[in-house]
Amino acid sequence: MAGHDGAAVVVADDLTRVFGEGDTAVAALRGVGVEIPAGRLTAVMWPSGSGKSTLMHILAGLDKPTSGTVHIAGTEITALGDTALTKLRRRHIGFVFQFFNLLPMLTARENILLPLSIAGDRPDTAWVEDLVQRVGLADRLRHRPAELSGGQQQRVAIARALVSRPTVVFADEPTGNLDSASSGEILELMRTSVEAFGQTTVMVTHDAQAAAMADQIFFLADGKIVQRLPRSNRHDILAAIENLNVR
Amino acid sequence: MIRFALRGLLARKFRTVLTALGVVLGVALVSGTFVLTDSISTAFDSIFKETYRNADAAITGKSAFSLGSDSTTGPPSFDQSLLKTVTALPEVGSAGGSVNGDAHLIGEDGKSIAFGGAPNLGFSVNPALPQFNALSLVSGAWPGAGEVVIDKSTADKKDLSVGQSIGVQARGPVQRLRISGIVEFGGVSSIGGATIAGFDLATAQRLFGKQGRLDEILIAAAPEVTPQQLVASVQKMLPPGTQVRTASEQASKDASNTTSFISFLQSFLLAFGGIALFVGSFVIANSLSITIAQRSREFATLRTLGASRRQVLRSVILEALTVGAAASVVGLLLGLALAKGLFKLFDAVGLTLPNNGLVFQARTVITALLVGTVVALLASLRPALRATRVPPIAAVREGAKLPPGRFHRYRGVGAAVVIAAGFAALLVGLFVSGLGTPAVLTLMLGGALLVFVGVAIFSSRLVRPLAAAANPVARWSVVALSALVWPLFTLPFWMIRYGVWGPGPAGRRVGAFLLGSLLNPLVLVVVLLMALRRGVTRWQPEWPAEFPGVLAERSATQIGGENSRRDPQRTAATAAALMIGLALVTLVAALAAGIIKPFEDAVDAIFTADYAITAQNNFDPIPVSAAAAAAKTPGVESIASVRTGDGQVFGKTIQVTAVDPQASDVFSLDWVHGSQAVLGQLGADGAVVSDGYADDHDLTIGSPIAVRTPTGTTLDLKIAGVFHPPPGGSPFGTVTISSSRFDQNYEQPRNLYTFVRMRGGVTDANTSALNASLDSFPNAKAVTREQFKENQINGVKTILNVLYVLLALSVVVSIIGIVNTLVLTVFERTRELGMLRAIGMTRRQTRRMIRHESVVTALIGAALGIVLGLVLAGLLSARLDFVEFVLPVPQLIAFAVVSLVVGVLAAVLPARRAARLDPLKALQYE
Repeated sequence: MAGHDGAAVVVADDLTRVFGEGDTAVAALRGVGVEIPAGRLTAVMWPSGSGKSTLMHILAGLDKPTSGTVHIAGTEITALGDTALTKLRRRHIGFVFQFFNLLPMLTARENILLPLSIAGDRPDTAWVEDLVQRVGLADRLRHRPAELSGGQQQRVAIARALVSRPTVVFADEPTGNLDSASSGEILELMRTSVEAFGQTTVMVTHDAQAAAMADQIFFLADGKIVQRLPRSNRHDILAAIENLNVR
Repeated sequence: MIRFALRGLLARKFRTVLTALGVVLGVALVSGTFVLTDSISTAFDSIFKETYRNADAAITGKSAFSLGSDSTTGPPSFDQSLLKTVTALPEVGSAGGSVNGDAHLIGEDGKSIAFGGAPNLGFSVNPALPQFNALSLVSGAWPGAGEVVIDKSTADKKDLSVGQSIGVQARGPVQRLRISGIVEFGGVSSIGGATIAGFDLATAQRLFGKQGRLDEILIAAAPEVTPQQLVASVQKMLPPGTQVRTASEQASKDASNTTSFISFLQSFLLAFGGIALFVGSFVIANSLSITIAQRSREFATLRTLGASRRQVLRSVILEALTVGAAASVVGLLLGLALAKGLFKLFDAVGLTLPNNGLVFQARTVITALLVGTVVALLASLRPALRATRVPPIAAVREGAKLPPGRFHRYRGVGAAVVIAAGFAALLVGLFVSGLGTPAVLTLMLGGALLVFVGVAIFSSRLVRPLAAAANPVARWSVVALSALVWPLFTLPFWMIRYGVWGPGPAGRRVGAFLLGSLLNPLVLVVVLLMALRRGVTRWQPEWPAEFPGVLAERSATQIGGENSRRDPQRTAATAAALMIGLALVTLVAALAAGIIKPFEDAVDAIFTADYAITAQNNFDPIPVSAAAAAAKTPGVESIASVRTGDGQVFGKTIQVTAVDPQASDVFSLDWVHGSQAVLGQLGADGAVVSDGYADDHDLTIGSPIAVRTPTGTTLDLKIAGVFHPPPGGSPFGTVTISSSRFDQNYEQPRNLYTFVRMRGGVTDANTSALNASLDSFPNAKAVTREQFKENQINGVKTILNVLYVLLALSVVVSIIGIVNTLVLTVFERTRELGMLRAIGMTRRQTRRMIRHESVVTALIGAALGIVLGLVLAGLLSARLDFVEFVLPVPQLIAFAVVSLVVGVLAAVLPARRAARLDPLKALQYE
């Protein structure tokens, strides 16, 4: 929970990422710099293939950039070893995945508490209860993922990401595998977490409706940030995309 | 995290159980071995304790040197006047003397009663001194002159009762005695199948040819005298050739032979438990690697949630430990059942072991649990390390592949180094002289393990070419196999099912049903069970739409063949498990053939007589009077016997053999010094030795050689001849002397074999004449050379069968390994299978595809195993003189067929699972 509202908690500077070597080399990022302000929802968007997933992987320390730096809560993470990164993940990073990535053999409750048990922390009961109420899972806690709908599974995943109150939550296409009704609920929930808990969140999406929930939107194309919008409605976002396509 | 590991196991119950089975079987054999050997040794202990129940000390004859462990000569007897002297001592409360020896009871068929190689015990009993009598009467009375008591178990089995007369043969011809009573030994109805005959002292002395002599005196101390004081006072007046021990010393002395037998049996069986566990560890390691590859997304997710590599490692190891511990518990319990099975197995091959009930010691529990758990732990290390290498980013990447390990590049080289090190250890163990037995065993065992592991690692490189070669073999051999079982299995199955559920006119269906049930009634039961299941669960059997064919379908087998090459490492690891079992089976078969061949050659070379006279069981010594009786047969031209006993030469205990003068006429040997005639001219001081022994001790014609007999006499002999024994061995011991000299110096001489040459050679008339003169020696039989060879080889074959049964266990474990891999593969390829089904692959094609993959894997294992087994056999036969390298062709063909069947059987269950997949669900499977 580093930084007060608006201060940058994740800072990326001049990131490049090249896949492959020689003739087959493809640059997914070519000099990207972003600042993620605390307590806000930031969206990274573009229809596809622009390297936005790569950007998120690097910001979250899952992948290493070819050059450039990433700071999370003041720590430069691109040079960290595996142990240091693991510790960083425990304290500072939460994930929400497109395919939920719940562990099928654990109940919803156990899945939610998993990050705490991995880190060896005692759950803060009041906080967990509050969280469970907020995500609307109070009556489904004993169920296994296979017994939950897609939307419910994603709620479990969100609760799991929030439970350790990380510095930043990264959400990778969180609505990409859901129908529109469930998508709406999930986006609502993410917005709530930002407003109610001040949870800094970075969301990668190609969905304008999702981007409309964000406090700021980065547009990524050809490995570069081509535009930044403040909070906008769906119409403005689509217009911006249209505009960029024409250009 | 603990919960993650344990719940994971529960979620994959079926796979977990399959994985654990290898350990279950290995641990079962280990714990079964302990239960078996503990039971035997407890039974023996109670037998020996019972013998000396009320005695404080025992006097026995003392041989001049310690006898060989397989000696047929017992300690010498002593004069019975000693009993009076001892009884007169003030420290002695009471004393009783006895004689003992082999006493065959003769059944109604005129043959010696024997149960599975167990001894035929005979001894004198003295009802006046019940404190020294380990027997207790069940019915009847103690024996008087001309009477015998026999054990209850023999009486029950042969339907003998008090008052009947029975033939008894000890030293001389059969004597008829009256059964005066039925007895039990120390309250135990059977001591390992041994027959017991008890006589009064005078009868026993007469039967055993020990008139006026005793074998043992048991002494109870006078009140207030300790056993040590008793021994000390008896010691003072002992004549030479006797010794006294406290009863407990004597009991443990008596037990020492059985103790070494039991510990041999234990190591022998544990070795097979070890092999099964070794194979089982391959199965575990392989299954874990596969499941870990399949669960890489789970591990990656854990990593993104902050799990460290160490935590991932721990969770995998915990999983393995849990499986190992649970499997060990099950294996332990199974071991109890197995111990019973082993008793039966040994009984079936003619080695009845004493059993007073199974003994389950704490040591068994601890060892079994520890061994199973540790094996599982070791097997999990590599897969666990692989799991730690799953990068967190695999959580978001579809189909992320595990990065190859740091040492992946050196895999081929590393495997080659391991194989080379293994062979080096084997060669050193085999060919470097001067190493102790433990060092040799360690080197051989370690070398073999290294070779197996090395070949297993290296074989992933061989999978592609081998699979390509195995492909057509697998296809056509399965076709051949199907064609063989088709009329008896597939056809009736189809007919009965068609009759029950098929469309078409009723008459045709009834006809098909009847014909099918007639062809194979067993299949009828299967189909009826299917009908029952349909009734209960409303399961819809598929129509037997197409008529069952046997021809291979290229498309299905082609995909199957490709699949087996897709992940060479997985196929190699699966095949490796089978490879180990087959390598050992091949080794055993090749060695057996390699032992039998030179033995047959040796018999053909040496045995120039027409008949041999041996014991009914082919190896027991027989009384010399049998040979004397045979010599009187009309038509005998020459007859010579080989006697055997222990002697001491150059400070070492060796086997002394003795031959009759006519030996020169019934044997043919290859002489280095001297000639064939020497055998007939040994006289009082002639001796014959083999060339190897002569070289070792610098002996040549005329060299003096001194042989000490167990009674302490020294025979001063001169070398009269040196012969070169064939590689298959000779009937002669280290030193061979004349039988007249032997008989003067050895108590109770007995013949190992007698060889006879008859006028006219082998004819029916000669055979019956010879057998007629052996009538009163039921334990002896006359056999021709071919029968002799066959009888002697039967022993090797029996051992071979025991080895096959025990090695079959490791083959079973490797079948489980193949099943396991295939099941996991089917899980992994669910989507792919769904796609294949969706584009029109039939269920049967799916089954064929999986089966083909299985057969190819099994054939790869067989090829590797057979080659490796032959290489090992080649090494051993190069080292061992009495083993030749012989290719056991029929056995090898049998093994190849067995592996084929293994492949087919292993695929049954996974193929069913694959065929049952609902294409729609399979395509959505994640």
